Amino acid sequence: MISIQNISKWYGEFNVLKECSTKVNKGEVVIVCGPSGSGKSTLIKCVNGLETFQKGDIFVDGVSVTNKKTNLSKLRSRVGMVFQHFELFPHLSVLQNLMVAQCRVLKRGAKESADKGMKLLKMVGLQAHAAKYPAQMSGGQQQRVAIARALAMDPIAMLFDEPTSALDPEMIREVLDVMVNLAKQGMTMMVVTHEMGFAREVADRVIFMDQGQIVEDKPKTNFFKSPETDRAQLFLSKILSH
Amino acid sequence: MVRTLEITIVAGIAGMLLGTLIAVMRLSKNPILSALAATYVTAFRSIPLVMVLLWFYLLVPNLIKKVIGNPNLDIRLLSAFIAFSLFEASYYAEIIRAGIQSISRGQVSASLALGMTVGETMWLIILPQAFRRMVPLLLTQAIILFQDSSLVYVMGLVNFFGVAYNTGIRDGTLVELIFFAGAVYLIICFAASTLVGKLQKKTT
Repeated sequence: MISIQNISKWYGEFNVLKECSTKVNKGEVVIVCGPSGSGKSTLIKCVNGLETFQKGDIFVDGVSVTNKKTNLSKLRSRVGMVFQHFELFPHLSVLQNLMVAQCRVLKRGAKESADKGMKLLKMVGLQAHAAKYPAQMSGGQQQRVAIARALAMDPIAMLFDEPTSALDPEMIREVLDVMVNLAKQGMTMMVVTHEMGFAREVADRVIFMDQGQIVEDKPKTNFFKSPETDRAQLFLSKILSH
Repeated sequence: MVRTLEITIVAGIAGMLLGTLIAVMRLSKNPILSALAATYVTAFRSIPLVMVLLWFYLLVPNLIKKVIGNPNLDIRLLSAFIAFSLFEASYYAEIIRAGIQSISRGQVSASLALGMTVGETMWLIILPQAFRRMVPLLLTQAIILFQDSSLVYVMGLVNFFGVAYNTGIRDGTLVELIFFAGAVYLIICFAASTLVGKLQKKTT
């Protein structure tokens, strides 16, 4: 589904990503973790071309992200993305947030978009809030709307960039619950997160990054039981001990 | 007073539209578009308004008359509209550019990630938010424009101030009428500024 092949990226002199390669198969849930500044967010943003890179290539459902002939907007519309800071559109109501791209990009009618939007709001437990504006909601609710917004495009895969990092602790669970459900429904997911409990629950594979490199990439149980590298061990001990 | 308002409204709207276009050009990744927009803004902001008006009064009408071929056509008002619009556009462009830049990059990313094009993102997501934030600044600029519109006298056009001046000369009450005109400007601008201030409190 998603194939990342030897990508490297530089910000001027600084080498953010070094020869990163991995694959996410259909229906797989892959967790990307690692210390801050390790390039995990940058890597996930490369998948739908929000970040460019200088070397290597990424294929989403067989379509190259770097090929100039690729319709990048179309590719992005097929890959949902959820951001750390929600990024709901503040000037639109919750339902409008879910409708705007459906109408514009998928050319769905207003009625159809609204129905789809309401169905997804129901799924994330927020159908009563359709007419509200994002500023009137809690962070956890906003993030659930953001997930629904991405799902409204009927994506073939979902990317999550630290979806719970900006949330108060008591709101993390409600967002993770939505993500767990999604994973159980068979959605292909790539998730940058520090939530190791979530990783244990639904991940198929865990990727550990450090200093722009993919240091470990292995099935969940192997990763948690026997991380090969010292760096991964150190990271795990720090993150699991608190 | 009608003429003054006419110029304020026409130049305000035209300036805002052109200013938006220039602001978007200036922020575009295309270096040629961006440089063109930057040159436009710098040029018009460096020249006093009176000079812009005089150029349009002295040069452009002659040019247009030559093209149209009717030497008696009165296009002073049209020239004034164009001159003010072009001049105001450079100021509006800077306000709008700042407004666009105040919207976080994340909003652009979120919109692009949904598959919307750069144009759709600008039009549906960024500009509506930017304009909401900019309303007070845009109105303040409109108030300045309202005051500046009195400068059309250099083009031989009569506006509110001009009428007051001429009436004063005719009746020998020049001082009174100039004070009167000043008071009217003061009242209108003060009222408008108060309104803007209230609006600003509401939006922030």
